[in-house]
Amino acid sequence: MTNSVAELENSACIFVIGSNTTSSHPLVATRIFRAKQKGAKLIVADPRKIQLALMADTYVRQNLGTDVALINGIMHVILDRGWQDQGFIEERTEGFETVKEKVRSYTPEKVSGITGIPEEDIVKIAEDFGTAQTASIVYCMGITQHVTGVDNVKSLANLAMLTGNVGKESTGVNPLRGQNNVQGACDMGGLPNVYPGYQAVNMLDNQKKFESIWGTDLSDQVGRTVSDMLGGLSDGSLKALYVMGENPMLSDPDTAHVEKALKAAELLVVQDIFFTPTAELAHVVLPGSSFAEKDGTFTNTERRVMRVRKAIEPVGDSRPDWQIIQEISNRLGYSMDYDSPEAILKEIAEVTPSYSGITYERLEGEGLQWPCPDEGHPGTKFLHKDAFARGKGLFHAIDFKPPAESVDANYPFWLTTGRIHVHYHTGTMTRNSPTLHSEVPEGSLEINPGDAGQLGIREGDEVEVSSRRGKIRTKTVLTERVKEGLVFMPFHFVESNANALTNPALDPIAKIPELKVCAVRVEKAA
Amino acid sequence: MDYRTALTTCTYCGCGCNFYLEVLDGQIIDTIPCKTSPVNEGKLCVKGWNVHEFVQSPNRLTRPLLRKNGAFEEASWDEALDFTASKLREIKDNCGGNSVGFLSSAKATNEENYLFQKLARAALGTNNIDHCARL
Ligand code: SF4
Repeated sequence: MTNSVAELENSACIFVIGSNTTSSHPLVATRIFRAKQKGAKLIVADPRKIQLALMADTYVRQNLGTDVALINGIMHVILDRGWQDQGFIEERTEGFETVKEKVRSYTPEKVSGITGIPEEDIVKIAEDFGTAQTASIVYCMGITQHVTGVDNVKSLANLAMLTGNVGKESTGVNPLRGQNNVQGACDMGGLPNVYPGYQAVNMLDNQKKFESIWGTDLSDQVGRTVSDMLGGLSDGSLKALYVMGENPMLSDPDTAHVEKALKAAELLVVQDIFFTPTAELAHVVLPGSSFAEKDGTFTNTERRVMRVRKAIEPVGDSRPDWQIIQEISNRLGYSMDYDSPEAILKEIAEVTPSYSGITYERLEGEGLQWPCPDEGHPGTKFLHKDAFARGKGLFHAIDFKPPAESVDANYPFWLTTGRIHVHYHTGTMTRNSPTLHSEVPEGSLEINPGDAGQLGIREGDEVEVSSRRGKIRTKTVLTERVKEGLVFMPFHFVESNANALTNPALDPIAKIPELKVCAVRVEKAA
Repeated sequence: MDYRTALTTCTYCGCGCNFYLEVLDGQIIDTIPCKTSPVNEGKLCVKGWNVHEFVQSPNRLTRPLLRKNGAFEEASWDEALDFTASKLREIKDNCGGNSVGFLSSAKATNEENYLFQKLARAALGTNNIDHCARL
């Protein structure tokens, strides 16, 4: 997030797009409720009529994968009415003219045709957002898990810059990170192209710096992404995969393909706290310890680094993951000799400029938001205050592109996926929690009562859902939350695995699969 | 009776709520939201309130497992670590470090993520490291 969670409650307008905040980020939703009480305008754009939609000033239901068109349409109206922040545009940004030119053709009429949103709603959103003193954008995987994920994010950045809603309190472009430490995993260089702190692996200075601190030769070749690694296992160019605390068998699109790839591995190492479907395919399974059994830090969605503290001894014969990694490294002949997570954080601070001022001692209390470049620095509440990282903020002119896959006579329904409130990701943890599991013990398919009537399906009926990649069985829930022609499934359940159906088509830049859009057929199970 | 609390950070979603785990004789018995946390100000969602349940689930993995003749068998740590390291080394020696891939975890700590990418980059010499944040 460019801004902090607490700032949301003082925002004059909040635009939530592609985030089912009450289910996936309940304590962010709390701030949105408070802002609303204080008089903020709330705009919600989501193909499903989520809980937040019920309290929105404007709720719109865009067709799947049409976000760029919607955002261009909003910008068209803002420019048409002169609601843009001309001062901010001139002082802080470049490339404005190209965007102005691009959105000229995105009239409410045209955008309404693409998105299915009434013209007057597009104008209303533009007015509420464009005329607010401070406006915040909140988004989640509904924006990023598309072949146009990067385009979607850039479009939101365009909208924020156009209206001067960046670098100020209670504004910003605020992605809600799906998993608790995604932010930290990225910050720590869990990415094929960067060392910790987003330092590019293919820049000689960075390579030299890490070679000298780590005392070994390093590769300047950008590595492979998850999907590329799976492809590599299938074609034999990758021989081994070491998976720590992830479950690609449920989280990745096109499960049949993932299974084939994992089975082709000469060596599959899985380190986890539960025996996941991915672990079932492993050659060796290493039991790690949960967050309650070790010290460390997590970095939340607002870049706040916070302490994790050991409450109990590791369960059974499990071991904290850092100890396991260290043991393996030492056996491979690369020596690691940390006596505690704190010693590791010291090294992190040494090599990562944005974490340089972070120590366990300073994290007592509220934690610290990076960038925190030295030990006297108080941390950073919101980013881009006086300048962007690159100097001026760059506008990107972007055209709408349709999703990779479309409905047809054989697969007439659009399927989208997401989370439900009591469960989390692939269910590994929540389904092992009796209280949570008993709330919602099984998966389901949400379908509009009108569509269900046509297919002769009643509430609770068992149905078969098939896509061009796979077929699963599940129960139905009849609900107006989805409009006709759209169905929804949560992806937490291995018995009715939504990702057996989803499309692995990737965003060309971010390599994010289009988990949020595919075409399916629904039939009453025999 | 030995009662203690540990102030920590939720492992589920990116909000990062803070709470105390209440520990009685080595067992976590409950969760108390932290009232001074700037993130959650004394509140938690249903996942946070029940976070201790999965930690002590009887389904937890408690021993290393090695596949022998197609089936898993429990193994000692030494056996499991030796096996993993020797296979990794063999593959590295025969096909190069770039024939190994690493998937890091958005649930592991920063310190563990740091070490894992260091293992890939420094010990194996490959930048084949990614995580599932896109998913
Ligand atoms: S308590 Fe709920 S809202 Fe808070 S971090 Fe945990 S899962 Fe997220």
